[in-house]
Amino acid sequence: MTLLNANLGQTVSVVGLTAEGLVRRRLLDLGFTPGARVDVLHRSPMGDPVAYRVRGATIALRGVDANQVLVREK
Amino acid sequence: MGAAISISGVQAGGDNSVRVSIRTDAATVALAGNPNVGKTSVFNALTGLRQHTGNWPGKTVERAQGIFTQGSHSYVVVDLPGAYSLSPRSAEEEVARDFICFAQPEVTVVVVDATALERNLNLALQVSEVTPRMVVCVNLIDEAKRKGYSVDAPGLSLDLGVPVVATVARAYRGIDELKNVIDKTARGEIRPNPRPIEYGPEIETEVARLVGELAGIVADRLPTRWVALRLLEGDEDTLQKIAEFLGDPAFTNNVPRLLEV
Repeated sequence: MTLLNANLGQTVSVVGLTAEGLVRRRLLDLGFTPGARVDVLHRSPMGDPVAYRVRGATIALRGVDANQVLVREK
Repeated sequence: MGAAISISGVQAGGDNSVRVSIRTDAATVALAGNPNVGKTSVFNALTGLRQHTGNWPGKTVERAQGIFTQGSHSYVVVDLPGAYSLSPRSAEEEVARDFICFAQPEVTVVVVDATALERNLNLALQVSEVTPRMVVCVNLIDEAKRKGYSVDAPGLSLDLGVPVVATVARAYRGIDELKNVIDKTARGEIRPNPRPIEYGPEIETEVARLVGELAGIVADRLPTRWVALRLLEGDEDTLQKIAEFLGDPAFTNNVPRLLEV
């Protein structure tokens, strides 16, 4: 599954990224590295973006980017 | 009245005029860090009230700089906007990248949050590829302690190869040591030796080839390994800035050839 499919309140673990190039680089810089624990914190009123807690910071990702983060349930 | 009195970089003239003199011999110290690590607290603790703010030229990004003196040396401290990475995705991050990479400050202090070291050290490692003259300031060690973490600053310093100072900037804890370490690093009394980050044989082979090719073009104006890595990464925005900085058509003209495998 991808991070986009994770439910609000769920905790998941990053398995890998399907993104390439600068988007991949950015996701890695933001802490979405394999093994990282991610909590799904808030969803904005329209559902996009979603706020995630990763490695001690709250990061908002657009759906199009969250969909490129592969995760599994923890 | 006799000679003007110099108080902490601010001169009070005999005619009641007060002018702030930014000494041109002062070395520049950049303060970098992720957003929300207490970077501005460190800046305030270092410079006190001897600071002024404005904007970066052509950008709606605030620029703050101030002065501190250590012994007979003055330092201009530039508080950079928060950044997660030197591959910028916002105007703020671009300002930080440009200053660290191209303004070439005498010392770059990377402020990291002791409660989220893993995340914060990413930027510190990236900076270490650009300049060896860096100091890591582990801030918020009081909050880390409350959360049950203890920070081994000497151990971290050994692992990174650069000086590490633990601080609680809000309470001025560790600030004297930070000033001392910045001063010593600027004057070459401390010579940081960042541990190089290895990217595996495939990439390292290409890096070695590019470093050889770039030696004549980049010379010692930028770290050639860093430029080689940006070429391999294909970070076009940074590559364009590198070309502008070098002002040398040899770089731009050679990029396609350099990347031929």
